[in-house]
Amino acid sequence: MAITEPTISRRGLARLGAAAATVAAIGAVKTAAAAETSGTIKVGILHSLSGTMAISETTLKDVMLMLIEQQNAKGGLLGKKLEAVVVDPASNWPLFAEKARQLISVEKCAATFGCWTSVSRKSVLPVFEELNSILFYPVQYEGQECSRNVFYTGAAPNQQAIPAVDYLMKENKVKRWVLAGTDYVYPRTTNQILEAYLIAKGVAKDDIMINYTPFGHSDWQNIVASIKKFGSAGKKTAVVSTINGDANVPFYKELGNQGLKATDIPVVAFSVGEEELAGIDTKPLLGHLAAWNYFQSVDTSINKSFIDAWHAYTKKPTRTTNDPMEAHFIGFNMWVKAVEAAGTTDSNAVIDAMLGVSVPNLSGGYSAMMPNHHITKPVLIGEIQADGQFNIVSQTPGLVVAQEWSPYVADTKDLIGDWRAPLHCGAFNVKTGHCTAGKKA
Amino acid sequence: MRRLLAFLMIAAVSLASGPSKADPVDDAVTALSSGSFDSVHEGVGQLVASGSPRAAAIIGSLQNGKLYFRPDHTLFIKQDDGTYVGALTGTPAEAGAVKPVKVNNAIRGAMDAALGALRLFSPDAATRMTAAEAVFHAADPAALPALTKALEKEADPAVKVRMQQARAAVVLASPDGAEADRVAAVGVLRARGDIDARGFLASLSDQPPAVAAAITSALTAIDRLAQIWSVGQSIYYGLSLGSVLLLAAAGLAITFGVMGVINMAHGEMVMIGAYTTFVVQQFMRAHTPGLYGASLLFAVPLAFMVSGSIGIVIERTLIRWLYGRPLETLLATWGLSLVLQQAVRTIFGANNQDVDTPPWMSGATALGGLTLTWNRMYIILFSAVVLAGLMAALRYTSLGLRMRAVTQNRRMAAAMGIRTPWIDALTFGLGSGIAGMAGVALSQIDNVSPNLGQSYIIDSFMVVVFGGVGNLWGTTLGALTLGIVNKFLEPVAGAVVAKIVVLVLLILFIQRRPRGMFPLKGRAVES
Repeated sequence: MAITEPTISRRGLARLGAAAATVAAIGAVKTAAAAETSGTIKVGILHSLSGTMAISETTLKDVMLMLIEQQNAKGGLLGKKLEAVVVDPASNWPLFAEKARQLISVEKCAATFGCWTSVSRKSVLPVFEELNSILFYPVQYEGQECSRNVFYTGAAPNQQAIPAVDYLMKENKVKRWVLAGTDYVYPRTTNQILEAYLIAKGVAKDDIMINYTPFGHSDWQNIVASIKKFGSAGKKTAVVSTINGDANVPFYKELGNQGLKATDIPVVAFSVGEEELAGIDTKPLLGHLAAWNYFQSVDTSINKSFIDAWHAYTKKPTRTTNDPMEAHFIGFNMWVKAVEAAGTTDSNAVIDAMLGVSVPNLSGGYSAMMPNHHITKPVLIGEIQADGQFNIVSQTPGLVVAQEWSPYVADTKDLIGDWRAPLHCGAFNVKTGHCTAGKKA
Repeated sequence: MRRLLAFLMIAAVSLASGPSKADPVDDAVTALSSGSFDSVHEGVGQLVASGSPRAAAIIGSLQNGKLYFRPDHTLFIKQDDGTYVGALTGTPAEAGAVKPVKVNNAIRGAMDAALGALRLFSPDAATRMTAAEAVFHAADPAALPALTKALEKEADPAVKVRMQQARAAVVLASPDGAEADRVAAVGVLRARGDIDARGFLASLSDQPPAVAAAITSALTAIDRLAQIWSVGQSIYYGLSLGSVLLLAAAGLAITFGVMGVINMAHGEMVMIGAYTTFVVQQFMRAHTPGLYGASLLFAVPLAFMVSGSIGIVIERTLIRWLYGRPLETLLATWGLSLVLQQAVRTIFGANNQDVDTPPWMSGATALGGLTLTWNRMYIILFSAVVLAGLMAALRYTSLGLRMRAVTQNRRMAAAMGIRTPWIDALTFGLGSGIAGMAGVALSQIDNVSPNLGQSYIIDSFMVVVFGGVGNLWGTTLGALTLGIVNKFLEPVAGAVVAKIVVLVLLILFIQRRPRGMFPLKGRAVES
């Protein structure tokens, strides 16, 4: 998923300067410390700790530190201790690439866990491919990508958006759809896929309304009013929201104030989790939905111990857990397992060893790394409760395999990604039999 | 849901019959404590149909998430003090290991309908009103007898109208019934004329030709009326956006407009005001819960003082060294805004903070075809009060007099014995304090996060420049114009394009009138 162009580029520039200076100073100290303790395996953490994305990404940095600490308590990896190298790309997309280069070339990190926005991932992608290193990307995203050097532990559209739409069609008999999103690549691609899917399911074009808003949009009055109007055509209507982070709070507040109840027009969101709800009074939002692969309210013993460990680590018994945290939990455990299997942290060996690795997820099953570098996941639909948690109302019976290239988009419907021998290709056209992109060097 | 209501109506109308055969209540309890959504849904229906006198209490507690079950199919209601009572007995009971009964949207809808029908005969008019509305939404033919009975007894004219509308919906939804009755029902809903009535009428299919014709004409009439109201609605939206812009820009109109300081950290003053609100609410929740509903009233002066004193400190330590050097001021205040943001992020964390909206500011009221949301209404009112207060302060207080004197002719003012540096600090403090008060208002409609200020700084500068630097009336008119233009463009062009168009129009305007709508005139300005 992902977020915000800096609203004011000049400010961004200033922030970049300040942040770069700070990080350079911290980096210098870190490298000095690292030199003394040779014999460690370094793990890069590339999440924004300042700027607009800090709200979401800081938590992921914390969970990575916790996982690394836990692994060290278990005796480390290959007989060595793990060492976290934290950098702050400051919500600045070009800086992500710079920091990634630093993590790989200077710090010699064996693997990097990071990025949130799609644009930050796109920015670091060439760096990881050029330097042949490994990135674990933990956030649900729009798909249409399959790099050899990236492991996508978040959901592809068919692991989140499409099951959610199916649920509304089946359970709520929804006939009319509002696709509302923030104006950038993730919502646009997801809505393109969803529109094609709905039309394939027999929904008339007139029954689909698409609406985009700028980042951080805070005045939702007439958009909510127009959704209400769209919903008064006598057919059951639902909103599929790809509205991003910051804009959600005012959106939900306006929904509540204009009295749009979930029993009338349910809103299903793909970017709203426990973290986002922590900032609002959820009573008016009762029953609105979210689709994820994990909720904090999942009732399993492994999830309970994860939450307990998280509260103990952060010393805050109210800190919430969320879906991208679970993705890091899975990704990190997979990486540990693959390194143990390969007996080395060498990128090529680990990338090959990753395929087929299977580790427990927090919802009580096992997630496996598929040849397309995406993982299998259950899809959960939750309704917002008064306490800001989700009441799980639907769960796919089995695990869903990711479709990295959407079959609902004309350009990509014949593509598959398969990094096993002998194909070794991120975008293989099954019709022509050619590898169109991402061939192993 | 239909069947549920059918049972319910029978139960409600013939209360005398009392509990009959095998125990339907037991079945209902078993279903409610099964843990599956479908069974709970059925259980709600069975419970109502059983005619149990505890039905309303049990469903009510289920709606509030207070109903718990034990695997041995016993139900408990959790009290506010954390103890349990038996759901069927209503007396205190030892619950043991219990789990909450979970509901989904389908069950929630069924509960609304069930409670609505149960409460049609409530002694409280407001409850009957909601009940009638719930029956209208459920539009279940089985509700007709109860509704007719309730209508006969109803004395309150407003509730009566609501019940007639509910009856009209029920008549139209039932498969049989005289054509004349149905046409009359369409007329009732046409008179109601709101979006719910439109949605219901549009959803009807397979009607006799005369009724279908009446529906089509009713829909056209409702749509035409809605179109007229929508102009008024857009004006209201525009006013409300304008008042938000005005609040954010009023402080800047002082610091930038009057003093000429380009303060990029202005947005952070707003943000600090919002965080002050958060702290005040936290404090009051812990120490004076009785006054919690009025927390915003306490937050306003406090936010003014906190942001104002930070403003004074900034002026004394930073800005006063930079007068007459706009570029340096710009850079220094930029840096300052980053420092303040990160400081807040360090103290409070990067997450949004939960600032409550008091009940008196939640929800909306209808005025004809207009939906007026309370929070926006209060913000419009608040910005008017702030503006009036600011103007009065500048016009009638001795501080205001000194401020105007210093900005008009600094040296002359100094010669008259005014301590100009001190006035500078106070002026800057006043501007920052007003930004703080804006933060209290914004905490009600936007995220309370370290980035709050960023989203308003550009808009604020736009408003001040557009209105004419140094002129509060200009700022007011500028904010309202931008708000209304934006809100009229948005439905046509979409939110993204509307923003761009407004910006382009503004640039063109500034090309024609570089000093904005109401430029200051006079020798001091000309020089």
